[in-house]
Amino acid sequence: MIPILFAAFAAILVVSSLLVILHRNPVTSALFLVLAFCALAGIYLLLRAEFIGMVQVIVYAGAIMVLFLFVVMYLNLGHDIEGGVHIAVRRGLGWILGTVLVAEGVLLFSRGWGPGPVVPEGVLPPPGNAQAIGLLLYSRYLFPFEITSMVLLVAMVGAIVIARGRSASAPRPEGRGAARERGTATPGATPDAPGPGRGVPS
Amino acid sequence: MAALLQNPDLQFVLWTLVKIVVILFGLLGVVSYLTFAERKIAGHMQARTGPNRVGPFGLIQPIADVLKLFFKEEFIPAGANKVIFHIAPMLAVIPALVSFSVIPIGPGFIVTDLNVGLLLFLAMSSIGVYAITLAGWSSNNKYALLGGLRSSAQMISYELAMGLSTVGVLLLAGSLSLVDIVHAQQKMWFVVQQPLAFVIFMITAFAETNRAPFDLPEAEAELVAGFHTEYSSMKWGLFFLGEYANMITISSIAVTLFLGGWNGPWLPDSLKFLWYFAKLGALIFFFMWVRWTFPRLRYDQLMHLGWKVLLPLALLNVVVTGCSLYWVLNR
Repeated sequence: MIPILFAAFAAILVVSSLLVILHRNPVTSALFLVLAFCALAGIYLLLRAEFIGMVQVIVYAGAIMVLFLFVVMYLNLGHDIEGGVHIAVRRGLGWILGTVLVAEGVLLFSRGWGPGPVVPEGVLPPPGNAQAIGLLLYSRYLFPFEITSMVLLVAMVGAIVIARGRSASAPRPEGRGAARERGTATPGATPDAPGPGRGVPS
Repeated sequence: MAALLQNPDLQFVLWTLVKIVVILFGLLGVVSYLTFAERKIAGHMQARTGPNRVGPFGLIQPIADVLKLFFKEEFIPAGANKVIFHIAPMLAVIPALVSFSVIPIGPGFIVTDLNVGLLLFLAMSSIGVYAITLAGWSSNNKYALLGGLRSSAQMISYELAMGLSTVGVLLLAGSLSLVDIVHAQQKMWFVVQQPLAFVIFMITAFAETNRAPFDLPEAEAELVAGFHTEYSSMKWGLFFLGEYANMITISSIAVTLFLGGWNGPWLPDSLKFLWYFAKLGALIFFFMWVRWTFPRLRYDQLMHLGWKVLLPLALLNVVVTGCSLYWVLNR
């Protein structure tokens, strides 16, 4: 049962990941990336990491990819048509890096290296691994956890500063609500300040 | 054949399939009659009678509506992205049905008791955003696109407050499994200990289901019909189905988290599911009542409410619950 499901999820994951980079339409690529994240969540579920699986869907498929899609749709990107020196350089770099990667893979497989230490069979994690993750995060890994939240906070503040700096220097022509509101709102405080920080339009 | 039926894997799959089919068809039947209920309630709130021509008291009306939907012409706009145009209505229905699988209907009656049941609901509600966003984008219509963009902004903003409002309940119950949360409410419903979280959850529930007063994605006065302007026939029907299925799912989650699930006095264990249905019915009536009572919010009011009122209040609720729980446990 589990090997069949694993094969199914793995096949979906590989095919959709390939289509992310091979498909010409950016919106379709983004959707295949969502599918890849969902298949990955399925594999996490098979490994009895339910918490990670669900968080994978909530954070990556549900929040980050929606914002990606949002930007792609908002800019109305069509087909990826590029030319000139830039694309030649990029293509060349891609071929070189791809060759290196394939060579590494061939080397690893030919020497028969395993992918790191394998958890011994029969030792399954206890049910309710959300508790286990929470205990670890707030005790052993408290410092990295706090550092991560600081990094995210800095990113958020930066996004808000950039968005506010732009709207304070020149009124945005596309900000329908914001432009109309400016007369009534307190100066410097756009009514939708958190919006642009997370990619949410005003 | 008998030996095959002894296989535990196969038994598990068969038994789960039976439960899924029962709940799925039950849900679809309830949805079609909810449209009837909504029209009746709307009618009586506006001093009309509502549908009363088809069958006794108009009870056959939903069946006539569905038949009509099936025979409508299916229309696809010329510039539409055809594949995504077809996928979007399915995405509107499937997440709502999937999250129904973790809702405990009665003692022991649940499709699957996942130990991260609540997270599954949150994950599915965040997948549900795609339906409206993609429908709006793939229609190649400016009203649909505006509706889709509005809805993604709205649903992302309100998802945060919704997720945070459930944290208080999780702290009290000490589990993400909805069955454990229901068991933890045998003495007292969590709405008593978490009134603020309940209010925040209900407001965000209206926003997540795109129901009035948060129906900006389909604001008919400004956007024709919003994200489903170009949809017709059964594809439009699927969006309608998705809205009602979402309403049932989110009301069920509210019942489970705050109103004690199937807990209630008097009835024996085998009939406790009646309590669940009674509470669910009351909440769904509340949804309809609100829809026909309140005017729609303006877009900047919506963002203001979500980010500057509900989110800080939900955070405050988490802090207060955490501190008081610590105080009670370490007294």
